[in-house]
Amino acid sequence: MLSAPVVLIVSLLYLGLLFAIASYGDRRADAGRSIIATPYVYALSIAVYCTSWTFFGSVGRAVSSGVGFLPIYLGPTLTFVLGWIVVRKLIRICKANRITSIADFIASRYGKSVSLGMLVSVIAVVGILPYISLQLKAISTSFSILIAYPDIRMPAHSSGVAAWQATELYITLALAAFAILFGTRHIDASERHEGMVAAIAFESLVKLVAFLAVGLFVTFSVFNGFGDIFTRASSSEALSRLFTIDGVAGYTSWVTLTILSMAAIVVLPRQFQVLVIENVDKRHVQQAMWMLPLYLLLINIFVLPIALGGLLLFPDGKVDPDTFVLTIAMQQGAPVLALVAFIGGLSAATGMIIVETVALATMVSNDLVMPLLLRIGPRNLTERKDLTGLLIAIRRGTILLVLLLGYVYANTVGESYALVTIGLVSFVAALQFAPAILAGLYWKGATRVGALSALLGGFLIWIYTLLLPSFSRSGWIAASFAENGPWGLVLLKPYALLGLEGLDPISHATIWTMIINVGLLVGVSLFTLPSVIERGQAVRFVDVFKQAAGSGREWHGRAGVAELKALMARFLGEPRAEAALVRLEQEINGPIDRQGLANSATVSFVERQLAGAIGAASARIMMASVLREEMHDIDEVTRILDEASQLVLYSRRLEEKSRELEATSQELRGANEQLKELDKLKDDFMATVSHEIRTPLTSIRSFSEILRDNPDLGEQERQEFVTIIVQESERLSRLINDILDLAKMEAGTTEWQIAEHPLGPIVERAVAATSGLLTHRPDIEMSVDVSAALPPAMVDPDRLIQVVVNLVSNAVKFCDKAHGRVSIVARARDGWLEVDVSDNGVGISAEDIEKIFERFQQAGNTLTDKPQGTGLGLPISRQILQRFDGTLSVVSELGRGSTFTFRIPAVKASIAAHDREVGAVT
Amino acid sequence: MVRRNRTVDRSVALFLLGAMLFLPPLLPVFNRPERIAGIPVLYLYIFAAWCLLIALAAVIARAIPHEEADSSAAAPPLATPAPPASDGDRNA
Repeated sequence: MLSAPVVLIVSLLYLGLLFAIASYGDRRADAGRSIIATPYVYALSIAVYCTSWTFFGSVGRAVSSGVGFLPIYLGPTLTFVLGWIVVRKLIRICKANRITSIADFIASRYGKSVSLGMLVSVIAVVGILPYISLQLKAISTSFSILIAYPDIRMPAHSSGVAAWQATELYITLALAAFAILFGTRHIDASERHEGMVAAIAFESLVKLVAFLAVGLFVTFSVFNGFGDIFTRASSSEALSRLFTIDGVAGYTSWVTLTILSMAAIVVLPRQFQVLVIENVDKRHVQQAMWMLPLYLLLINIFVLPIALGGLLLFPDGKVDPDTFVLTIAMQQGAPVLALVAFIGGLSAATGMIIVETVALATMVSNDLVMPLLLRIGPRNLTERKDLTGLLIAIRRGTILLVLLLGYVYANTVGESYALVTIGLVSFVAALQFAPAILAGLYWKGATRVGALSALLGGFLIWIYTLLLPSFSRSGWIAASFAENGPWGLVLLKPYALLGLEGLDPISHATIWTMIINVGLLVGVSLFTLPSVIERGQAVRFVDVFKQAAGSGREWHGRAGVAELKALMARFLGEPRAEAALVRLEQEINGPIDRQGLANSATVSFVERQLAGAIGAASARIMMASVLREEMHDIDEVTRILDEASQLVLYSRRLEEKSRELEATSQELRGANEQLKELDKLKDDFMATVSHEIRTPLTSIRSFSEILRDNPDLGEQERQEFVTIIVQESERLSRLINDILDLAKMEAGTTEWQIAEHPLGPIVERAVAATSGLLTHRPDIEMSVDVSAALPPAMVDPDRLIQVVVNLVSNAVKFCDKAHGRVSIVARARDGWLEVDVSDNGVGISAEDIEKIFERFQQAGNTLTDKPQGTGLGLPISRQILQRFDGTLSVVSELGRGSTFTFRIPAVKASIAAHDREVGAVT
Repeated sequence: MVRRNRTVDRSVALFLLGAMLFLPPLLPVFNRPERIAGIPVLYLYIFAAWCLLIALAAVIARAIPHEEADSSAAAPPLATPAPPASDGDRNA
């Protein structure tokens, strides 16, 4: 009845049903009407925790250690009581950061560290291998037992039996194909597989129903209820021992298993997958916190009764307790129930294998292979157009490889173990992730180096205390390694490291790995400094509920939106990339310029999308390749330096400017002083001019009034007064002419007729002009000595004559009253023309010498009582000479007369012509 | 805010209760060979305690007000929106 073809067909039908459910679930998900968006499905999918190891192995473990199997399910219950706190936080973090696996989580938390992601991936694969091989072993064993019905025959020791190994290999390949079909149909940015979850939930239901069916059958059909089984078993000393915990070792094992399973329900890769990654609604956690424990309770109620029943039914010990679930039904002649039990075990095994390999494949492709390829792979990889195909190929390859390795393990190492022990070896490996995750959730001080050394240390201890001894058992390593320690060193015995004896290997390994793991995590973290990005990630994870998500570390590079979209398209495919951008547009309520530069929000959005497909660390590398951020450090430094030097430049310019301003204001102050001085001089000048003009006016007026008021004045007197009036008028005209002359000269508006002239004739004309002055003073003796060979000079002849006349008239005015003598001497000396005008008058005092060149300053009242000139002669002369580039000076001594000398530069032959032109213009 | 904290407090308290029930030193009290109605005391005790824990967990889960269970819809939002200021969770 239960021939191999029948069992095979039923199995295939069952798998076909699973596949139908999965594709239905996927279709519904694509249509936006998820069938898994209910807490029941969520809780059932988490029950993937119960594998064939639970289905068959719990009974086996109950046979050997009684109630000792229970902590493996009590631990998850305790964890789920805290689910509202811990699981919800995990989900929140993973959704916000698009985390796709446990390796991704740890790598992302500790600064998106590639090395950490790789290490976690390696630990996961190596650590989970025994667990997968256990499923394969369970399927093949149950299959071969079932097809022997109605005989109950334990499968022959497999090694060397080719047919047996072939069956196992076929099963492995079939499962690989199944997992590939389920888990790697496409690359999705969120890494969620709704169809798979639906199928897994269905499988959890099947295995629970199957196990309950067997349990009810054994308890109430074969025996008469719980009381009956326990009562019968209690009659046997060996069996009643299973009702209690056996001493200190039993308690130690109990506690360590509780802790182990508390962690395992979260940190096993497949648990993380269904619990966190596949979660569709955080509210489901709220219901799962009691539904999952209920499921675990139900599937465990009948474990001890079945174990005791099996022991009572097969007292000879020839039937492997791991197969009681199957063999009791067979022995009782219930083939349909046996088939149901087989299908239950099959569903438990396939569920585990599908989720576990998919989780591992995601991890290996995102956190192990992609970073390696991107870092050390062919350089053109980052340039490749479409990487979705490559990603899927990597994942499919990983699934196949993991299953084949599991097959190899099952056929070499696994033979020597009971199911439960193999599973626990994997539990301890997965436990190594727990400290890094817990610290990552609640301790910001945990650093990358700390997590790295903790994982590495714990993993090495795991290898030494659990993996190597299992090799030793299977004969790969000398048996003495496990029994006596390497090289006979008792302290290094892998099951009693440093003399920690009296414990089962699992408890022993748990204790040692945790001491090393937690010790290194805390110790190293306390003495290392986190990088900036680590610190940022730590805050994002630990304070995930306190902050707005999505800020993250800002990228400094620049990239166009088109570039980023092309990058997404390479991993997600063009349509999904476009759809993602459309979603972003909806989110920010505005269009994105597809040709423009991406802002930081767009960049971090793209990074999250990529992280969903290829993991955080790989995404970071890819983003860096597009953003060319490696350069940003240098660029930024250069920019900062540029800014600094700019500032220095500006400040220098400012200093310069302020110096200039200071100089200018100094000049202005000077100019102002000068102006004030000039203003004062002008006032003085006006006052003086008014005074000078008033004097002749006064006399003109008074004499005119006398003439008017005295008509009877004598003719002679009248003539005399009129003469005075005329003289004074002349004086007034002269004065005003002089003032105008000087003003013009000072204002620069005088018209000059400067040209090259021989000086001799000019001086002689001037002397001739002064001869008129001597008509009133015929007593004055005048001598003129003009050198014959006077050089030419650039002068205005009329003005020069004016100067000479001024000087001579002064000399005539001030020379000795009695024997006046005036001499004029003109000569050439050193390229200069020099003219001296001397008199023998009273001379000028030293203090007056400077004053006489100022306007209206005659040599004081000490010289004469009444001024004889306008007081403007000398200033005008000086002005004229300055115009000719000449000078006017005086040498005088009181009582000895004065000598006025003016000098004019003679024209040199070479420049004479040039100067002639200039003079013509001026 | 207040009630959210109570959910957290209740969860932690229930966890501590479970740890106390399932682990030494309380556990050895029930680790005895006697049976009640044929069923070993330890077996009975553990499953009873387990049932209690599940029932209390269900009570706590049910008591979480609907709006507190901040939903993240089936398609997780692209950037998880910032929780409102009152969303601060003491433990998270």
